[in-house]
Amino acid sequence: MAELTLVEAVNDCLHTELARDDSVLVMGEDVGRAGGVFRATAGLRDRFGSDRCIDTPLAEAGILGTAVGLCMAGWRPICEMQYDAFSYPCLDQLINHVGRYHWRTRGAMEFPITLRMPYGGGVRAPELHDDSPEAYYVHTPGVKVAIPSTPADAKGLLAAAIRDPDPVVMLEPKLHYRTMRGEVPKGEHVTPLGVARTVREGDDLTFVAYGAMVPVAEAAADLLDATVEILDIRSLKPLDEDALLAAAAKTGRVVIVQEAPRVAGFGAELAAIIAEKAMLDLQAPVVRVTGYDVPYPYWQIEDAYMPSAERVAAAARKLLEF
Amino acid sequence: MTEVVPAGRGLRRVIGDGASVPDGEVEGLDESDFLELYRQLVLLRTYDERSVVYHRQGRIGTYAIFWGHEAIQVGATFALDRGDWIFPSYRESAIGLLRGLPPATVLSWWRGHPAGWWNPLDYNLASICVPIATQVPHAAGLAWGKKLRGEPTVALTFFGDGATSEGAFHEGANFAGVMRAPLVLLCSNNQWAISTPLSAQTAAPTLADKAIGYGMPGARVDGGDVLAVWEATRDAVARARAGDGPTFIEAVTYRVAPHATADDPSAYIDAERVEEERERECLRRFDGYLRRLGLLDDETAERVKAEALEAMREGIAAAEAEPAADPELVFAHAYADPPPTLREGLLGG
Repeated sequence: MAELTLVEAVNDCLHTELARDDSVLVMGEDVGRAGGVFRATAGLRDRFGSDRCIDTPLAEAGILGTAVGLCMAGWRPICEMQYDAFSYPCLDQLINHVGRYHWRTRGAMEFPITLRMPYGGGVRAPELHDDSPEAYYVHTPGVKVAIPSTPADAKGLLAAAIRDPDPVVMLEPKLHYRTMRGEVPKGEHVTPLGVARTVREGDDLTFVAYGAMVPVAEAAADLLDATVEILDIRSLKPLDEDALLAAAAKTGRVVIVQEAPRVAGFGAELAAIIAEKAMLDLQAPVVRVTGYDVPYPYWQIEDAYMPSAERVAAAARKLLEF
Repeated sequence: MTEVVPAGRGLRRVIGDGASVPDGEVEGLDESDFLELYRQLVLLRTYDERSVVYHRQGRIGTYAIFWGHEAIQVGATFALDRGDWIFPSYRESAIGLLRGLPPATVLSWWRGHPAGWWNPLDYNLASICVPIATQVPHAAGLAWGKKLRGEPTVALTFFGDGATSEGAFHEGANFAGVMRAPLVLLCSNNQWAISTPLSAQTAAPTLADKAIGYGMPGARVDGGDVLAVWEATRDAVARARAGDGPTFIEAVTYRVAPHATADDPSAYIDAERVEEERERECLRRFDGYLRRLGLLDDETAERVKAEALEAMREGIAAAEAEPAADPELVFAHAYADPPPTLREGLLGG
């Protein structure tokens, strides 16, 4: 074990996986010489060469589009999008091709692309450096999505993504890149997709969260005079439905915490699943605490947008009194 | 060929008109190559004409017509090795026939039947790309990826004049230039994107001029001249294989058919111009060229046509004989390793 920051864990994973499989390459804007704007890819170019850690032109759709062709030539590309909102140009390739080409070739060809990016707000950054775009990705057939909340999972889930035969989008909570440290297994470490993590056990209430909202849920639980079950979804697709339904059934009172804008967010999917399959286990309505249906605000007022421990705790108290 | 052709210069052509314009020559093709080019042109022409009939008969769905583009498709493909990759748009839906893909497979694709697929690795032929220009970065990536592996493979991608307005074209071309990818970018400039004329698509004097911006040579050829297309592609492929990077070829033709069977061009196209262009169509021109060389007679032409028609008869019969597709295929292959919830909602959950 080593104590690493979240971004160091990402970097550790990339070094480990590039050493393990010589068909894996990293490509993106500033990933080579600079080692990435967050240093997630530091040292890869020196260690593995400029053919396996590639500084690309500044073109997100071109990065993902050429990655499709690289897969056809036998590579396993890891594409870095520099920021969450900068990834939107690549949705063209993602929706039209990355999520479809395996199907289009009746399974004859695999497209094991990993698309990783820092996501989320709270970092006092300019517009479009703060988005939580997971719903766009989860909604795309053929594409899997994972969001770690700890350094160990940042390494383990990324390794699982790189080794997965399908395209996987990894959203990394940039707020915690350097502010969160944790024990990370040395060497190869894989956290399977499709398995949720119980953060803490409790009997009165259940919080369901992922990514940067997991620490918010933990802080909210500390504000309550109740014991709270906290479930870290961490793999949005495939989703660990059994763990979700068990966590809902255990307390019958569920708060879903989501940083992204509210409407048609992934929290709505989680709420719908609970409504369909755990109705009779519920003691109260399922409640969402989310961002709002607004453009992510100027950073001087971003705290008014972000779900806070206080907002989550307030929702929890209402549920406890329901 | 490696010079960028300035606007206003004539197109490279080999085939004359049998009257005032004399025939040229190309080096590197023998008599059997000429007859093979002819056979391939007739095969694609027959595929296209029969497909329009099959559509009218309700036997295939909406179909993107490529009548008049055969010389571009045949000439370019003939310049490739079998190991080289082709990334087609929908306008080149039947180009796999030139590599032995059964007509039934392509007809099944246009019939919306799951049998209409192929393994790209079997033909070094990517799947038909429906969205405009998005195959260009795929081709750049494959060419670049093969180069990274030290393999001598070249990729060629087809796209239309409208595609040059797309961001995907720009990003793919730029990547290919920067990575010196062994890629041929072949623009079938038929001067129309459904109803939008080339003049509303670009302010550039020629599409080949765009090559300058990507640091690659651009060439303009007569897209109705199978030998000119072949020659330009051959040179581009040689450049690519020698490690000199990508080339942009603008093959100029004119769309004399509707964009697709669902299109009615009478609302926007100049009927007189269409008739003039029809007179210059590519198969008749190559037919005349071969006859002037004494390499083609009525008997051979009729035999080649009969063989192509027979291939299409067999093809549509095989496509129509496909058993009804298994609805289970809805769930097949969406993922290599599907999420356990893939069938949620089936039969009401």
